[in-house]
Amino acid sequence: MVLESNIPEGPIEKKWTNHKFTSKLVNPSNRRKYTVAVVGTGLAGASAAASLAELGYNVLAFSYHESPRRAHSIAAQGGINAGKNYANDGDSVYRLFYDTLKGGDYRAREGNVYRLAEVSGSIIDQCVAQGVPFARDYAGYLDNRSFGGAQVSRTFYARGQTGQQLLLGAYSALARQMETGGVKFFARREMLDVVLVDGKARGIVARNMLNGKVESYAADAVILATGGYANAFFLSTNAKASNATAIWRAHKKGALFANPCFTQIHPTCIPVSGEHQSKLTLMSESLRNDGRIWVPKIKDDKRLPQDIPENERDYYLERQYPSFGNLVPRDVASRRAKEMCDKGFGVGPSKMAVYLDFAEAIKRVGKEIVKERYGNLFDMYKQITAEDPYLQPMRIYPAVHYTMGGLWVDYNLMSTIPGLFVGGEANFSDHGANRLGASALMQGLADGYFILPYTVGNYLAGTKFETVKTDHAAFKDAENDVDATIMKLMNVNGTKTVDEFHREYGKVMWEFVGMGRNKAGLEKALTLLPKIREAFWKDVKLTGEANDINTELEKAQRVADFLELGELMARDALHREESCGGHFREEHQTDEGEAMRNDEKFAYVAAWEFKGIGTEPAMHKEHLVFDYVKPSQRSYK
Amino acid sequence: MKLTLQVWRQERPESKGRLISYGVNDVSPDMSFLEMLDVLNIELVKKNEVPIAFDHDCREGICGSCGMMINGRAHGPGRGIATCQLHMRHFKDGDTIVIEPWRARAFPVLKDLMVDRTAMDRVMMAGGYVSTKTGGMVDGNTLLIPKPIADEAFDAAACIGCGACVASCPNSSLMLFVAAKVSQLALLPQGQHERKERVESMLAVMDENQFGSCTNTYACEAECPKEISVTHIARLNREFIRAKITA
Repeated sequence: MVLESNIPEGPIEKKWTNHKFTSKLVNPSNRRKYTVAVVGTGLAGASAAASLAELGYNVLAFSYHESPRRAHSIAAQGGINAGKNYANDGDSVYRLFYDTLKGGDYRAREGNVYRLAEVSGSIIDQCVAQGVPFARDYAGYLDNRSFGGAQVSRTFYARGQTGQQLLLGAYSALARQMETGGVKFFARREMLDVVLVDGKARGIVARNMLNGKVESYAADAVILATGGYANAFFLSTNAKASNATAIWRAHKKGALFANPCFTQIHPTCIPVSGEHQSKLTLMSESLRNDGRIWVPKIKDDKRLPQDIPENERDYYLERQYPSFGNLVPRDVASRRAKEMCDKGFGVGPSKMAVYLDFAEAIKRVGKEIVKERYGNLFDMYKQITAEDPYLQPMRIYPAVHYTMGGLWVDYNLMSTIPGLFVGGEANFSDHGANRLGASALMQGLADGYFILPYTVGNYLAGTKFETVKTDHAAFKDAENDVDATIMKLMNVNGTKTVDEFHREYGKVMWEFVGMGRNKAGLEKALTLLPKIREAFWKDVKLTGEANDINTELEKAQRVADFLELGELMARDALHREESCGGHFREEHQTDEGEAMRNDEKFAYVAAWEFKGIGTEPAMHKEHLVFDYVKPSQRSYK
Repeated sequence: MKLTLQVWRQERPESKGRLISYGVNDVSPDMSFLEMLDVLNIELVKKNEVPIAFDHDCREGICGSCGMMINGRAHGPGRGIATCQLHMRHFKDGDTIVIEPWRARAFPVLKDLMVDRTAMDRVMMAGGYVSTKTGGMVDGNTLLIPKPIADEAFDAAACIGCGACVASCPNSSLMLFVAAKVSQLALLPQGQHERKERVESMLAVMDENQFGSCTNTYACEAECPKEISVTHIARLNREFIRAKITA
C-alpha cells in the first residue's frame, strides 16, 4: 500500500489556496442531494456539521451524549492559538507554523501544519462573530496570553473556560441548523461500525443507548470527529465516556492507524489521591505563565512548602531551561517532573508531585490579578484537594491528556477508506509527536469550519455514487456483527466488572507505555496486555439488559476496544527506536536527559494496518519531507 | 466512613420509582461523590444487581452532564459546584444521604437518576445563537467590546446547562438558563440585530416545553454551579418588555 498524502504542489503559502481552487465543487442546488454523516459533535464535529449544513448538504449528526454541548472539548481551559500578531511581538502565520512543527518534534507534515496556521486567524474571527466572549482589554480589543513552546503571545482565551465557550459557539451554530432542518441530530447514539459498500464509506451502525436498538444510517460520506484515546490508560484527564470505539472499529474495517504511540502527558494535573480515583483533573498550562515549578533541594523534605527558604528550593525548569523556563513544552515539563520524583525529590503524601507556586506572582501583581487570571482553576484545585493555592503552592503531577496519533488521513483529511473523513483529535494530522498548548482547539475548529467543508465537497463532486439504502446487505451484516458482539459481552457472566479490567489494563499501560518507555518494558507490556484482553472476554461481568439503558454495556464495548488498541500503542512505541515529543524511549537520550530523535531512520509516519486480533499488524510508512523547516534538535535552553 | 444511601431507583420512564437503601463502607473523604457511587456500583454488579444509572462525563464541573438532588439540594451541599465536584469530606460518618433525580415535568426520568433534558436544546434551537454562517467574517478586533462588558457577557455565558436551576425552582422554571443566553447576546454587539426575536422565541419554546414561570425565589442562583446571577433574569425581563413595546 502506498500512502499518498496528496499535499498540493507549489510553495507552502500557496498550497491551500491552489488546492481550494483546483478542488471540484458541488453546485449549490445539488448539495441537498448528498448526505453526510458526522459522528461526534465536539469542536470538530459540531463545526463541520454546522458548516456543511450551511452550505446546503443534508447532515446527520450523532453523539453518545444527550446534547452536543456535553462533548469533552468543553473541558479545554487555557486557550486557542492564532497567528494574528495582535501583540506586536513578531508573530506571523509562518512563526505559528514553525513553532507547531518544531513543538511536534518534526513528526508532522509541513503542508498540513502550514494550512492550520494559515486558517487560525479566521477561527478567531468566526468565533467572535458567533458571540464567543473572549477576554478583552479595557479599550475593547482582544487580549492574548502566552503558552508553552512559544515566545510570543498568541493565545486567545475566555478565562479558564475557552473550550467551553468555543464549543458553545459551535453548538449554537449547530442548534441553528438543527432548527432549520439542515442537521438531523441523533442524541445518545454510539457508533459501533462504519459500513462500506464497494470499498467506500456509505454509512454507520449505531446503538440507541436509550433502548438498545441497533440502527443503520446511510450516507454518501462519513466524518469521524470522535476525539482521542487517552482513556486507554484508564486514568487520564479525558471525560469518562471518551473512547476510541468509532476510530478503532473504522480501523478494523481498513482505515490505517497512524502513530498510535504518540500520547501527550500534561505536566500540570492534580495528583492521584487513592485507589478510588476515577479520572484526573488538569490545571491549565496557562498557570505556568505565573506559577513557578519547584521541588525541595533535599530529598524527602518533611517541611511545609512555605517553611522551605528560597535557597533550599530547586526551580529546576528555570535552572535547566533559562530561556523558556517554566514555559517549556508539555513533554519536557512532564518528563522533568517525573525525573525529580523518581530521584526522590517529590512532595505531598504520595511523593509523586512537584510544587507549582504562585507566591511570587501574588507578591508581584497582587492577589486580585491572580484571581482574575486563574480564579476558577484555583477554586477547582481547592474543591478537589481542600488546600488553598493562594496560601500554599499547588501540588501537580503529569497525567495522560491527549493523543496525537489517530486515524491516518491525507491532506483532505480522508482516511485510507474512501469517503471516510476524520477530524479533530481523532486524526493524526497536525501535531506530530507533541501538541503545543492551545493548539487542540485550533486544530479541531480548523478541520471543522475551514477544511472539511471544502474537502468533503471535493470528494462528493468527484465520486460516482450508487444509491445505497439501509436495507443493503452491508448494513445488515454490520448490524449482525454488532448484535453478536453485544450478546457475547452480555453472556460472559464472569466475576470481574468492566472497571476492574480497565483499571488493571490502565496500570500496565501507564507503567510501560507511559511517560518513559524502554524495550524491555514494552515487550513486557506486549505479553501482559493480551492476557488482560483474553481474561476480559472470559471473565467480565455485566448485569441488566441489552435492550435498555445499560451503562455497564456501554463501558464494556469501549473497554473491549481499548484492550485491543493498547497493544498497538505498545507495538508502535517498541518499533520507534528514538525519542521524539511525547514518545520518550529511555535508551535514546542525551547525557543531559534530552530526547534524541533519529531523523535518518524515523522521519516517517507509522501507519498500521489491522490484520486480526492478536495478529501482528502491518506497518506502512509515509516519509516526511521537510522543504522549509530544517529539523534540528529541539532546544528550549 | 460508613454511610447509608437512599437512592431513587426507577427502571423505565413509565415505571414507578422508589427509594432503595444501600450501605456503603470505607468511604474516603478524598473521594468525589461520583467515585463513591462508582464503588457502590461495582458492588452491585458483583451481587448480580443492576447498577445505578446516572449521567456524568467530564467530572470537573464543566460538561453539565451530572446532576442529582442530594438531601433535597441540587448538586448537594456547597456553593458553586456540580455534583462531580462534591467531595465526601462534606459528609460525616453515619450520615444518611438521600439521592434523587432532577424533578420537573420538563425533565422526565429515563432511568434511576438520569433524566431527559433535551427540552433545553429545543429552547436553544429557538434562538440561542447569532445567525452567522461560517466564512465571510470581519477581523475580530473590528468589534470592540470593552472589558467590563466582555466580562459580564462571560459571566452569563459560563452556564453549563445542567438544569440545576430547574430542579431547585419551586415552579421548575428554566428562566435562569434562558436569561444567561439572552443576556450574553444582548450585552454583545453581535447579538443586537436579533434581540427581539431571540427573547420572544426562546421564551415561547420554554413555555411550550412545560417549564414553569419565574416568581423570583432566587433558588436558581443559590444552587447554580456557576453562580449565575439573577440579575440576568432582570435583563431578560427588560429584553422581553423592550421586544413587546417596540414594533
